[in-house]
Amino acid sequence: MAAPRVEHELHTRRFSRNLGVGLTLACFVFIIFGLTYVKITRGGLNQGFDHVVRPELVPTQQGESN
Amino acid sequence: MTDATQQIGSFEDEAQFGDYVALLKPRVMSLVVFTAAVGVFVAPVYVHPFVALVAILFIALGGGASGALNMWYDHDIDAIMKRTSKRPVPAGKVTKGEALTIGLWLSFIAVVMLGLAANWVAAGILAFTIFFYAVIYTMWLKRWTPQNIVIGGAAGAFPPMIGWAVATGGVSVESVLMFAIIFMWTPPHFWALALFMNEDYSKAGVPMLTVTHGRRVTRTHIFVYAALLAPLAVAAAFTSIGGWIYLVAALYLNAKFVFGAWQLWHRDEDAAEADTYKAEKKYFRFSLTYLFGSFGALLAQAIWVQGFGMGAW
Repeated sequence: MAAPRVEHELHTRRFSRNLGVGLTLACFVFIIFGLTYVKITRGGLNQGFDHVVRPELVPTQQGESN
Repeated sequence: MTDATQQIGSFEDEAQFGDYVALLKPRVMSLVVFTAAVGVFVAPVYVHPFVALVAILFIALGGGASGALNMWYDHDIDAIMKRTSKRPVPAGKVTKGEALTIGLWLSFIAVVMLGLAANWVAAGILAFTIFFYAVIYTMWLKRWTPQNIVIGGAAGAFPPMIGWAVATGGVSVESVLMFAIIFMWTPPHFWALALFMNEDYSKAGVPMLTVTHGRRVTRTHIFVYAALLAPLAVAAAFTSIGGWIYLVAALYLNAKFVFGAWQLWHRDEDAAEADTYKAEKKYFRFSLTYLFGSFGALLAQAIWVQGFGMGAW
């Protein structure tokens, strides 16, 4: 039978600090994820690799071809 | 007590997460968040809500980082002044080195993230704001000239300009006026505080106007700045961000702000001391209402025009 695990005093003392840092990092990950999603889905006419307008996607006058 | 405990000091003094948050001056950050948000929302360019939220967050973080740098540099005078003696560094919760490291890293993260989330014009203004507050104000002006908060006040005036740049990618007369409102509001706000906190600044050797030129001159200065602020604040009503809602609010708030300053100017020093600076404290509190009211009116105007599709006039 395993011996009961005793919580180290350090863990209780640093709980708020660790929780705060953990939540902050989780928020940061969420922000990066959210920004990536927004930037990709709202990219418009931008190309993914260099963020410049693709000439072939620019709307042209009717009858005009690229 | 173990050797390790003796080396790092008592556990009761150990910093909790809240102490690190306090390092970022959350109350100042709330003002930064609000004015930056107004800057973003009154701009005539649509910003995706998530991008706007993230941009405001990192503008606030940049403001907080400059607060940490300020606490690092000012730890000596913070310990002397009653108002600041409980801050994390003078209270012994956070070390000077930690404050500096946190300030520098958060500055870097805030600027880079704002650049990536919005644009590099906004990020550049944020970087300049942090530099201005930490170096120009904290390290140079604050201990050198009684005009410290006049020039240093620019740091607090940049957030709406950064918010505007987040949306538009540039600077325009509207954002300059929003900057000017906070810039001209800062001296009366802090000098009203200095009128009843004079001893603190005097003990710490900070050359506030009240310390170097006395309360009488400070009262005159408060009135002059309040009077100069009024036309600038009203002028914003006649730009693209203004309209009748803002004009009514600006006329009311500025009339009250100037009248309050006039009353402080004509107040007898003995009378002020006798009632423990009641009017000065009231004016200081009203100055906060003034700023939130003015920017709140700009926001209400934007909602009226952009949200409901109504005309500005």
